[in-house]
Amino acid sequence: MSRIHAQAAGRMQSIARNPIMIALFASLALAACAKKPMNSAGDLGLGANAATPGSTQDFTVNVGDRIFFDTDSTSIRADAQATLDRQAQWLAKYPNYAITVEGHADERGTREYNLALGARRAASTKEYLSSRGISASKIRTISYGKEKPVAVCDDISCWSQNRRAVTVLGGAGM
Amino acid sequence: MLKRNPFRFLIALATMVTLVIAPAYARVEININKGNVEPLPIAVTDFLQGELGQKISDVVAADLKRSGLFAPIAKTAFIEKITNPDAAPRFEDWKVINAQALVTGRVTQEGDGRLKAEFRLWDSFAGQQMAGQQFFTQPENWRRVAHIIADAIYEQITGEKGYFDTRIVYVAESGPKTARKRQLAIMDQDGANARGITNSNDIVLTPRFSPNKQEITYMSFEGNEPRVYLLQLETGQREVVGNFPGMTFAPRFSPDGQRVIMSLQQDGNANIYTMDLRSRTTTRLTSTAAIDTSPSYSPDGGQIVFESDRGGRQQLYVMSSGGGGQNRISFGDGSYSTPVWSPRGDLIAFTKQSGGKFSIGVMKPDGSGERILTTGFHNEGPTWAPNGRVLMFFRQNAGAGGPQLYSIDLTGYNEQLVQTKGFASDPAWSPLLE
Repeated sequence: MSRIHAQAAGRMQSIARNPIMIALFASLALAACAKKPMNSAGDLGLGANAATPGSTQDFTVNVGDRIFFDTDSTSIRADAQATLDRQAQWLAKYPNYAITVEGHADERGTREYNLALGARRAASTKEYLSSRGISASKIRTISYGKEKPVAVCDDISCWSQNRRAVTVLGGAGM
Repeated sequence: MLKRNPFRFLIALATMVTLVIAPAYARVEININKGNVEPLPIAVTDFLQGELGQKISDVVAADLKRSGLFAPIAKTAFIEKITNPDAAPRFEDWKVINAQALVTGRVTQEGDGRLKAEFRLWDSFAGQQMAGQQFFTQPENWRRVAHIIADAIYEQITGEKGYFDTRIVYVAESGPKTARKRQLAIMDQDGANARGITNSNDIVLTPRFSPNKQEITYMSFEGNEPRVYLLQLETGQREVVGNFPGMTFAPRFSPDGQRVIMSLQQDGNANIYTMDLRSRTTTRLTSTAAIDTSPSYSPDGGQIVFESDRGGRQQLYVMSSGGGGQNRISFGDGSYSTPVWSPRGDLIAFTKQSGGKFSIGVMKPDGSGERILTTGFHNEGPTWAPNGRVLMFFRQNAGAGGPQLYSIDLTGYNEQLVQTKGFASDPAWSPLLE
């Protein structure tokens, strides 16, 4: 159950502003329970039309707001490239959004190193998005190190979800 | 938001008088270099008179016991009832119960309201007084007096400075892991008198004491701008350290307290900088396309140990305080991080990750003589007691729950849980308060 709570809490802020998202909330939680990385509408069992095009929900649900990394690695994996390509296309289509890329590490490292590792992941994500045409000036980065896990357990099924970079539309996000 | 003036009473405790009778040649002694020493049986009698005297002797006995070097004898075994702490005890009565050392004392109230605490340390088998001192303080500082007395006993018998009259600054954690609330907190080294010194929803991490004990440097995510801060304990005043263009983290003071050393993150790289707190000038010490972080000065200020992944995995490096001569010192299996130079200068403590385990260990500043003190699922972030004999760190066990603080002797023996109300991490030991 902790995973449900984790994923849900991370989205509470954006959800609170939009009643439509209340319905999606339950589905997100279920998807998290099934340990699926929430990268696409398919994972969530939702129709692509469930969110207003160009909205935060549209970005999160239909594009995928996060990518995952291998242990101690900051390179953008092939599956992550696909997600970032979709992000770049979407952001090109809706150019009014500035974004914050939040870099995170799993808990299997020391605190200070993980802050730097999260920053490095955010930086490589930013670099990739820039290479896909998103102006670097519209991309802010921040690292939370290992301080904001979304999945809590003592094995790789959780650690692999926590090694992530999350693209948050506008501002600093959660 | 910030508690007032936790160190105000430092001034009040200045008066200390050595009681007459010169200390005899100490027959009772403990060689703490030996490792797993047999704890010395000691009788700590209730100080006269009344409840406060008893409470003080209990704190003294608890300090000595937790050090692992002393075995306080149960009061129920005592034969002689001390009625005059100035007179020599009946040594035979204490030899019978194998009390090699004996502590007697008295607490009285002065006319001006101050507390007067006196103690004497006796060598039962030599039949002599080893030490005797008296202290004056405000009544609310009775625990500090007890710690100071415990330090005096520890020093008399081991020949090393004590570490009981000290505090720990740490991160108090509460709530679920995915939404952890963190605040900076300070407590006495034995876990008593814990109190929060920040209270906000911002993430706060890695607090460290200044050598003058009046300031803390730490990292905060206030305003979603992760930066190193300086906090004045006396006034609660806070300020960002320096005007850096990115995340600053991993702060520590220089041994003279005049500089803060930290990492600055720019794009994918972290490099080490210092800021002079008077002139506000910053100096860059490392320039690599790597993560250089967790810097810690040698006690003479001449060298800095830090961690870097410039060679692949995190390893420990030593450089001069100006940034020159950067040499790798760790070569064991696994990765090394969070190095902290001992206040004695002889060792560097670290966190080591190897084989899926996290250990706390020490090595000499040239990298030789590595010793692992404790290993487990997750041990991290050692900090030294001011006498360089004991380390504190935090441990997160597998499964639910959160981190807790532990102390362990330099020898790897005597691991002890440090009681905190909730979860706790990132401990940093103060210098001796005296």
